[in-house]
Amino acid sequence: MQLSEHDIALQRLFAENRELIEKDAAPEVNAAREGAMEAFSKLGIPSSKVEAYKYTNLQAWFKAGYTQAYGLNGATSEALKQFECNVHELDSYTLFTVNGKFVAGSNVEALPDGVEAGSFAELSKKHPELLKRYYGSLAKVEEDGFVALNTLFATDGIFIYVPKGKVVEKPIQVVNVLTGEQDLMVNQRNLIVVEEQAQARVLFCDHTMSMSRFVVNTVTEGHVAESAMLDFYNLQNQHNGTVQVGAYHFDQETRSLLNANYFTLHTGVARNNIFSRLGGPHAENHISGLYVIDKNQHVDNFSFINHAVPDCESNELFKGVMDDASTGAFTGRIFVAPDAQRTNAYQSNNNLLLTENAKMNTRPQLEIYADDVKCSHGATVGQLDEHAMFYLRARGISKEEANILLMYAFAYEVIEKIQVPALKEQIRELVEKRFRGELDKCDSCVVCGQLGTGRVKSE
Amino acid sequence: MASEQDKLLEEVTNREYQYGFHSDIEMDVLPKGLNEEVIREISRRKQEPEFLLEFRLEAYRNWLKMESPDWAHLKIPEIDFQDMIYYAAPKKKPQLNSMDEVDPELRATFDKLGIPLDEQKVLAGVAVDAIIDSVSVKTTFRETLAEKGIIFCSFSEAAREYPDLVKKYLGSVVPPGDNFFAALNSAVFSDGSFVFIPKGVRCPMELSSYFRINTMNTGQFERTLIVAEDDSYVSYLEGCTAPMRDENQLHAAVVEIVTLDRAEVKYSTVQNWYPGNKEGKGGIYNFVTKRGICKGDYSKISWTQVETGSAITWKYPSCVLMGNNTVGEFYSVALTNNYQQADTGTKMIHLGKNTRSLIVSKGISAGKSQNSYRGLVKVSKKADNARNFSQCDSLLLGDKCGAHTFPYLEINNPSAKVEHEATTSKIGEDQIFYCNQRGIDTEDAVGLIVNGYVKEVINQLPMEFAVEAQKLLQISLEGSVG
Repeated sequence: MQLSEHDIALQRLFAENRELIEKDAAPEVNAAREGAMEAFSKLGIPSSKVEAYKYTNLQAWFKAGYTQAYGLNGATSEALKQFECNVHELDSYTLFTVNGKFVAGSNVEALPDGVEAGSFAELSKKHPELLKRYYGSLAKVEEDGFVALNTLFATDGIFIYVPKGKVVEKPIQVVNVLTGEQDLMVNQRNLIVVEEQAQARVLFCDHTMSMSRFVVNTVTEGHVAESAMLDFYNLQNQHNGTVQVGAYHFDQETRSLLNANYFTLHTGVARNNIFSRLGGPHAENHISGLYVIDKNQHVDNFSFINHAVPDCESNELFKGVMDDASTGAFTGRIFVAPDAQRTNAYQSNNNLLLTENAKMNTRPQLEIYADDVKCSHGATVGQLDEHAMFYLRARGISKEEANILLMYAFAYEVIEKIQVPALKEQIRELVEKRFRGELDKCDSCVVCGQLGTGRVKSE
Repeated sequence: MASEQDKLLEEVTNREYQYGFHSDIEMDVLPKGLNEEVIREISRRKQEPEFLLEFRLEAYRNWLKMESPDWAHLKIPEIDFQDMIYYAAPKKKPQLNSMDEVDPELRATFDKLGIPLDEQKVLAGVAVDAIIDSVSVKTTFRETLAEKGIIFCSFSEAAREYPDLVKKYLGSVVPPGDNFFAALNSAVFSDGSFVFIPKGVRCPMELSSYFRINTMNTGQFERTLIVAEDDSYVSYLEGCTAPMRDENQLHAAVVEIVTLDRAEVKYSTVQNWYPGNKEGKGGIYNFVTKRGICKGDYSKISWTQVETGSAITWKYPSCVLMGNNTVGEFYSVALTNNYQQADTGTKMIHLGKNTRSLIVSKGISAGKSQNSYRGLVKVSKKADNARNFSQCDSLLLGDKCGAHTFPYLEINNPSAKVEHEATTSKIGEDQIFYCNQRGIDTEDAVGLIVNGYVKEVINQLPMEFAVEAQKLLQISLEGSVG
């Protein structure tokens, strides 16, 4: 592939700042940069001609004109306190990152013995054996230009390690904040390792704090070992000037369970690359997503569920509501490897288009090489049910209220899947507010609220 | 029981192609290779009007700039387009009036294929435009059709006798630069069928055209153009068998359909070309572009296909629903066995208001084959109240084959209602058990279940074709289908 001038500029940027980037990183992380450089020079930032990125052209955003987040821009953890997303009664361990850098953790000292949650840069040096084993093992540089770019620039992010048999009852909440006076590019790298019989719940909240443009490219790798369980939540609530590519690569062993939920309530351009590999028999995977977007927002969820071995089960549900001139895209591929018999895989994608300028492109795909399987997928694009609407109207409910009720009912199927009651309640409330157009009155997220519907300065 | 089933499947896999033979008819052949000179020569030999030559050359120039598409879920060996013959015609000039004048060798060929030309003429009332390697040799019932003003003739004849009509509609649905294989076809197409149904005429019989690929290394490039004027109706049948060959053969046809106000065209295909032997050697490459445009309001185009042959199938019969209240339908059964590969489906492009489309696709994979459905439903911004329902089911017979579904739904209008459903499964043991219990042996049971599975599509075929289609499925899956 021919590299664009932006790709070349990014490569140059790396070469110029290599020392700074490599200064605090673990040797394994630095060693991976060579391969990443090679892969990036082949792949570049994918254009919309690349089949997987058909509906989202990100080339225009990823260029060298952005400041790279090497330093901390003076943000303090105090200012971040208000960003605990105010999950009501959500008693959690909280970690903060600012522009992709870990800054502080609260309550982390109370984590069970041996469980570690904190800076990727630090903990990766402390656990070289984990790093060696998992870093770059799931998110492969040669498969995606964004993974290559991330691996090239990666310095910090979040590292969570739950050793064998440990159960972390309370959720570990990670608040990723973007802030700064200048337009910024962030390459955050996260690693989650849940060992045998261990359990953890992890919540990633993505926020913006200032009006600058942000271009974010994060890669999260997660390993769920035998009989382990991981609940993973991602809540995206960023302003319109944010462009975020989030790659989430999970790998599951025998009898493990992964629940992953992706909520996009507000953003500029968001692309989620969700990869799950079921690598041991009787592993179970449930992923769901909800995107509620308006204005010119664009959300593209791309998922790939790989049934590599027999006897696994996966369940996938993505729902979306598109308002104004927003565009949504969904690609879900279920892959059943040869001999992965007795696989059960289900996938569903439902969408509501509210205006004539909203668009939805969906590609639910099955790729199956084994015969004793039950696989199905379904996709719909449409409007609210007229009969349901009539039913409500006939009972004296105003059109607006009936609209909100029905949209909320539509979205609730996804919210229902949240396993943490307090978090479920919080997200339920956020979504309802979102439908009412009151998200900017969000009581605690003062800052995000103001930015929520705000315009970006350089627009 | 499982082992019995395995045995049955094995028998299926070992089945050899029935229709493999090679008839010795003298051929008039151009040397291998493709360049502007070859195209001019084709055009000259066919005594074509100037505009057709221009059309061919434009397509050729487009083609030179294009690359063979690689997005399909297919493994296509590299094709050397210079190592191919682009024109082959039987030497005996077949300007015949009665069946007796037809070359006896040729008639024997048809007999072997089970196409009773004489019989059909009498019994079925089907007009047959039989094509052997590009040149139309016999057209029956033309006079009957002519009375109604219907034109049904070979494409080269149409180009000579009705140049205005051909000029008006040729390339209007599939332009010369549409895609790699369509451009190649536009440049070198040798012959095909032309159908014109005038205003208000309901074609009294099923029009049918049988295709055969004959000369060694001949790429077959048919061009079919069907035009249905206001308030007209026609049902067109296309069926194919090809003799056994070792070297792969390329087939890149183009079919264009235009329907005007309230017209309806029904296009049915049964395709049973040589699929290669059980090691996956040989076989036809079937890279076809089929597209219809519902130009007038309230018009309808319906595609039905039963695909059992070809080593590689790359085919997406599509409907452009341009007029208001137009309807597009697509019914498909695709069966792959041994090392066959199929990537087939449809495109429904909704442009007009109140347009509707229906997609029913049934895939059956056996042996080591790969069978993919790939479809697009696009609702443009102005297509208010568009409605689509798609159902794509896959049936797996054997654990070494693959079944894949790649639907694309692109919706730009909020009043659209678009639904897609797909399932993949194998024949349930409980279903077979149920039949066994009632005294139906496993072989018949599999046959029953497969027949039931494809019924929705087979029902759409005209009667004569439905019988043939069922026969084909049986041959392709003999042993497991009763």
